[in-house]
Amino acid sequence: MTAILIDGLFGPFLEFGFMRRALVGCLALSLSAPPVGVFLMLRRMSLMSDAMSHAVLPGAAIGFLVAGLSLPAMTLGGLVAGLAVALLAGAVTRSTLIKEDASLAAFYLISLAAGVVLISLRGSQIDLLHILFGTVLALDDPALLLLGGIATITLFGLAALYRPLVMECVDPLFLRTVSRAGGPVHYAFLGLVVLNLVGGFQALGTLLAVGLMLLPAITARFWARDLGGMIPVSVACAMGASVLGLTLSYRADLPTGPAIVLAAGALYLLSMLFGPQGGLVRRFVRARHLEG
Amino acid sequence: MSAPAGAIALHGLTLGYDRHPAVHHLDGTIRPGALLALVGPNGAGKSTLLKGIVGEVPCLDGRIDRPDLAGAIAYLPQSAEIDRGFPLRVLDLVAMGLWRRIGPWRRAAPYRDRLIEALGLVGLVGFEDRPIGTLSGGQFQRALFARLIVQDARVILLDEPFTGVDGRTSADLLRLIGAWHGQGRTIVAALHDLAQVRGHFPETLLLAREPVAWGPTEAVLSPHNLARAQTLSEAWDEDAAICGRAAGETPHAHSHAHGPGHDHPHHHGPAQPHEHRDAP
Repeated sequence: MTAILIDGLFGPFLEFGFMRRALVGCLALSLSAPPVGVFLMLRRMSLMSDAMSHAVLPGAAIGFLVAGLSLPAMTLGGLVAGLAVALLAGAVTRSTLIKEDASLAAFYLISLAAGVVLISLRGSQIDLLHILFGTVLALDDPALLLLGGIATITLFGLAALYRPLVMECVDPLFLRTVSRAGGPVHYAFLGLVVLNLVGGFQALGTLLAVGLMLLPAITARFWARDLGGMIPVSVACAMGASVLGLTLSYRADLPTGPAIVLAAGALYLLSMLFGPQGGLVRRFVRARHLEG
Repeated sequence: MSAPAGAIALHGLTLGYDRHPAVHHLDGTIRPGALLALVGPNGAGKSTLLKGIVGEVPCLDGRIDRPDLAGAIAYLPQSAEIDRGFPLRVLDLVAMGLWRRIGPWRRAAPYRDRLIEALGLVGLVGFEDRPIGTLSGGQFQRALFARLIVQDARVILLDEPFTGVDGRTSADLLRLIGAWHGQGRTIVAALHDLAQVRGHFPETLLLAREPVAWGPTEAVLSPHNLARAQTLSEAWDEDAAICGRAAGETPHAHSHAHGPGHDHPHHHGPAQPHEHRDAP
């Protein structure tokens, strides 16, 4: 029984090199993106990260126009565009009456449309699909190095920013009265977000790049009471979703990126029902108990 | 102009948001060791003044001389501005007060006893591992006072610290404020409860967008001054640009009524309010 289960889950990885590469890439992303997602969620910036992930597209598209499906060009383009939109949206919010969510929505619609048009100028439908939904089964060495590098930078970066970042989230005013670190910390964190979006873009494509960032983070909220617990739970959850999603896509011949995000989504729904921290079943049972 | 060391001196201070001033032409010195209550109707500029002193709101005009020691000022905002849904333990919240000593990277563990002691002083023994979201309003305010204790600042600014807090908690926290006063710290608190002010604060600044009176509490909280503060804040035109008021309007007339014998330290000549009337 266990043997069948193990073979069912891990067989494809033992058998095929491209599956192992996909797994390594997804595990690297699972190490770095969910902790960033935890902070995004706690800062109520979940939707903002979604908007920023779409903003990566036109930059990657310009890279694609210049150099074809080349990793460094598209990565660099995506990084520049993502950071530019994050900063621009902030500037628009500060200098006009428009709230940050509205200005982000405007920017991301513009950039999504511009990105698709730019790619269609030169590429085929297939290229467009690859860019929108990722090419996790075709990760080459440079792409894996990029994902590994992003994971390393993110973990060390978060460790360095951790204390002021938590204070920025809980009580930004307090941080401002004791230190000038608030602004730089915020922008460094945005930088990490964009970095992970570019990483997610390699594996899951621009439309689903936030999938491994936010879903595991939100799931972790149902399992852990404090930040020290939520971060490891979110990482474990993303890793589980990666293995499940990759296996599922291999066995049932499903598109890989969406399969991984669906696996993360399934974990989220299960946690919402059965999680010990505010899960629905527990809440329901407790309510019955009080009535009785 | 030289204020005693550690004092906060306000010189012709005008503070506001978006060029709309909320506090006008405030002159005076908060002595080191003062226990000062800030009193005034809603919208009188009490919070704005505290934010101005910590540098959160820019001076539109005039200036503030603060003690220049790093971390000399601790500030407790209205608790509504803090995200209480964040999954943080009470001990971690209190440990934020250590920032000046440990910065972003040094270990907080050696200070654990000090944090526990601060929690004990505010009556939160045994609460250190509770998430902040599970505290009641009063308990949360106690935790914030513990953070102030850990901050160990010479100047402590409190913005309506007893709003939504029960009588027993207020009494405990007022005792704590008394102890700080005894240690020679400077305390400025924005308050609504006049009985509290009369009972615990020797000095009061009555504010209604502009200073009404500043001095010993009993003298400041006279029925005449309180009525005047009410009229001043009601007469205020919300849409006024910077100092757009015309000569002879209500606020101005009142300041004449006080006469030349008016001896509060913030007093300014009748010509002063017009200095920047031509501002757009």
